[in-house]
Amino acid sequence: MVVEPVPDRYLDVRQLLCPLPIIRAEAAMTGMATGAVLAICATDPGLSRDLPAWCAVNGHQFLGIKIQGRELMGWVAKG
Amino acid sequence: METTKQISALGLLSGGLDSMLAVRLLQEQGIRVECVNFYTGFCIQSHTGAMRNPEPGASPPRHDALHAAQLLGIKLHMVDIAEEYVRIVTDPKHGYGSHLNPCLDCKIFMVSKAWALKEQLGFDFIFTGEVLGQRPMSQRRENLPHIEREAGVEGWLLRPLCATRIKPTEPEKRGWVDRQRLKGFSGRGRRPQMALAAQFGLHDYPSPAGGCCFLTDVNYSRKLQDLWNFRGERAYSMEDIVLLKAGRHLRPAPRFKVIVGRDETENHFLAGIHGANKGDAVRCQGRWALHAVDLPGPLLLVEGHPSEEDLTLACRLTARFGQGRRQAAVRVAIEGNGRQEVRTVVPLPADEIPAEWYL
Ligand code: SF4
Repeated sequence: MVVEPVPDRYLDVRQLLCPLPIIRAEAAMTGMATGAVLAICATDPGLSRDLPAWCAVNGHQFLGIKIQGRELMGWVAKG
Repeated sequence: METTKQISALGLLSGGLDSMLAVRLLQEQGIRVECVNFYTGFCIQSHTGAMRNPEPGASPPRHDALHAAQLLGIKLHMVDIAEEYVRIVTDPKHGYGSHLNPCLDCKIFMVSKAWALKEQLGFDFIFTGEVLGQRPMSQRRENLPHIEREAGVEGWLLRPLCATRIKPTEPEKRGWVDRQRLKGFSGRGRRPQMALAAQFGLHDYPSPAGGCCFLTDVNYSRKLQDLWNFRGERAYSMEDIVLLKAGRHLRPAPRFKVIVGRDETENHFLAGIHGANKGDAVRCQGRWALHAVDLPGPLLLVEGHPSEEDLTLACRLTARFGQGRRQAAVRVAIEGNGRQEVRTVVPLPADEIPAEWYL
């Protein structure tokens, strides 16, 4: 990922453990328009594997993930 | 022209091999499958992996059911039932298994929740990957009909892996599912499942040794029971049950306990939980964070109603578990409940920590 996507919505799930980051992301997606971008900030390292899997399973577009120290920032476009 | 409606089923997917095989057996029959995975707060998943320093070269932890769903090509509904689940754990009608696992109540609850979702989403029936007699409590032959009856789904819960050993269900009677193509697995052996996995080309599945939830874990159950004993009631918050998974737990006196971070990641996790509550006077009431000043060592959380002497003892424990353990004196910072101070203490000698303090 070269350019960070501009999010339409930002979700802070730091300190939450798997699978809550994904469950909260799913909830945050409801009400968002198709193609709108959700940015997810987490501390659970599992997000790096779970976010792409969740997108594949539920038809969202995985835009990328950035790991900075203990925090992860992921971007998903609603499918 | 009349079109035949495709039969659809909603399964409970743990992410383990059995539930994956159950999905495949139905997919083989042309049934459209989606699954649900419930979050109870006690799911083992990858919590420990997320809280501890990673093993060198290890991949990040992952959510088994999510990856199983991806492998199987099915949609997965991940549902948080943790708040409602409190009453299942604290007051199970059918009691506990060998630890604090209320398996029978839990199964009944999950099946009824899955049924409600099936009704909402318009599936034809529900299924699980249960194997007769595999688990002592919830998969005993006499308990299977009981689970269905209490969950209000009698005849509508298919168990593809052991179906031929139990009474035919409605989906079988109505010809939606061919009973002949289902299995009759029973017992604790894994061979037939592994052979079927190989036949389906399923190779990436978690080992059954990982277990289903923390409530079946003897150490975890002991810590939960201790929490109930000393609070005088069977109750817990979401934060309590997460904290029981992290750190070393010691109870030096009935009125307080300490949680000691075991590595940098765990210290950071505990600090995050404490820090996250800083502005929340109710939630951080009765909790202090301690750490040695200018010396590497653990973050230690104190919970309960410690006296001033107890806080000094907790400071000495903090010094004991850190790199200043052999120093004559260590400065320890205390933060919480509106207090911020530094105490200089003598590290507690190892032989002054009685074994019974450890939970
Ligand atoms: S092991 Fe845990 S999740 Fe599984 S049935 Fe028992 S209580 Fe429920």
